[in-house]
Amino acid sequence: MGLRGSTAIIGIAETAVGKVPDRSATALCVDAALAAIRDAGLKLSDVDGLVTCNSMAQPYMYHAEAVAEYLGMRPRYCATAAAGGGATFTVLYQAALAIDAGICDTVVISMADSLRTGLSREQAMIMQSSSGHAQYETPYGATVPGYYALIAQAYLHAYGASPEHFAAVAVSGRKHACLNPTAEMRKPITIEDVLASRLIADPLRLLDCSLVSDGGAAVVLTRADRASHAPHAPVYLLGAGEGRGHEHISQAASLIHSSARQSGERAFLMAGVKPADVDFAQIYDCFTPVVLIEMEDLGLCGQGEAGDFFLRGDGAPGGRLPINTHGGLLSHCHPGNPGSMFALTESVRQIRRGAGERQVRDAEIGLVHAQGGILSSHCTVVLGSERTV
Amino acid sequence: MTQNKPLPPVDAQSRAYWAACDAGQLLVQRCEACSHVQHYHRVLCTHCGHDKLTDVPASGTGTIRSFTVIRRAVSAAFEADVPYVVALIELQEGPTLMSNVINTPLELIAIGKPVELTFERRSESIAIPQFQIVETSR
Repeated sequence: MGLRGSTAIIGIAETAVGKVPDRSATALCVDAALAAIRDAGLKLSDVDGLVTCNSMAQPYMYHAEAVAEYLGMRPRYCATAAAGGGATFTVLYQAALAIDAGICDTVVISMADSLRTGLSREQAMIMQSSSGHAQYETPYGATVPGYYALIAQAYLHAYGASPEHFAAVAVSGRKHACLNPTAEMRKPITIEDVLASRLIADPLRLLDCSLVSDGGAAVVLTRADRASHAPHAPVYLLGAGEGRGHEHISQAASLIHSSARQSGERAFLMAGVKPADVDFAQIYDCFTPVVLIEMEDLGLCGQGEAGDFFLRGDGAPGGRLPINTHGGLLSHCHPGNPGSMFALTESVRQIRRGAGERQVRDAEIGLVHAQGGILSSHCTVVLGSERTV
Repeated sequence: MTQNKPLPPVDAQSRAYWAACDAGQLLVQRCEACSHVQHYHRVLCTHCGHDKLTDVPASGTGTIRSFTVIRRAVSAAFEADVPYVVALIELQEGPTLMSNVINTPLELIAIGKPVELTFERRSESIAIPQFQIVETSR
């Protein structure tokens, strides 16, 4: 397939995460972009494409254009990602298409927000829950955890699963975070800790829910023939695929299956790999049950079996298939729309073999999956080392 | 009447739906070509694409497809209601809609339980569909 191996990520960067009150959301986005360009061994003038996502704390009507202006950049290709977590990889896919089509050569994708210090708790809550349908959902007062709890409850019912299965996802992610000096939450937790944390929206408890953070991250994507000059080993885009079902959860055809099934199949087909070929995976973990459903839909686990996968420790450091090796949205950080950028920078770091204590042995092929909305818009990406191209 | 809770922003295509709610009736749309029944009101059938749709009153009975108990309110307007139930209700006619389950002890709420329609008045012109557990042996 045309796109396989035609582009590579040559630069990555992350800002400080957690509480970063001394940088505006725009400054975080710019910081990440410039640092990723430096990591790629390039100057800003070498970059002719810019992709960002809008910020909730400091929104612009046309965000990427505003950031281009801030940078003094006049990109040939400029786009703002607009559909939540899954859009992070959708815009990576689209940037690869733009490069492959000759529209531009080198794109910096930078995303940042200040959900923690740039908004009050109530502002952040209302802003995020506006993902509900204004006429048919919002009047009922659900929160974002509430929308996902509808999925969680259906999963428990369909498979006879237990809250321990959800808790195991949080415990596994925390084990990875404990090995990551940049993660926000680095104190080990047990299943009992998760089950003892307070209920937010039954059956989801506080430790089933991802963090609310400031922070940003960026990558530089370029045409494969330009990638070999970079200071770090290029990490190639082998496959990408998207899938969409509903936008609003009350319109979902299924509460226990998602369009991750289609996005995964499409990405694996383009990459020419199977789920069993993947050395690690970063699976969007805004809430613990989402990881179980996505793992199953992507073919990384059998139906209803992902909970036991985590209870056995198969996704933990040194496990059969390490999942969310940076700690994920649950334990590393979650600045909202930019959240899955950190899964991308982490995957590049793993394939570069630069992940320190949490390095996955012989990491050659990584899968990253994200979704936006309420289990709505999915994008799966397969990345690989030079050897896999 | 409840103050400050969100009101649906009614539009030209949903006016009939909300007017019916105001009069105590829940409407669904039935496709004249394929008989598919859908919620919410649209200008086409999501099954076959046909553009002739008829408003049909729903029976008002259904079952709980999933639910949650909200322990932390979305905004100050809902704080007095905590803990409150948000559910997906599968109507007898087929479509699913979001609702609260009201007037029901939490321990009676479970997936698959039958529910019946009621309405909650939110303003002079807006009443929103709500559901409650069907009383059986009590």
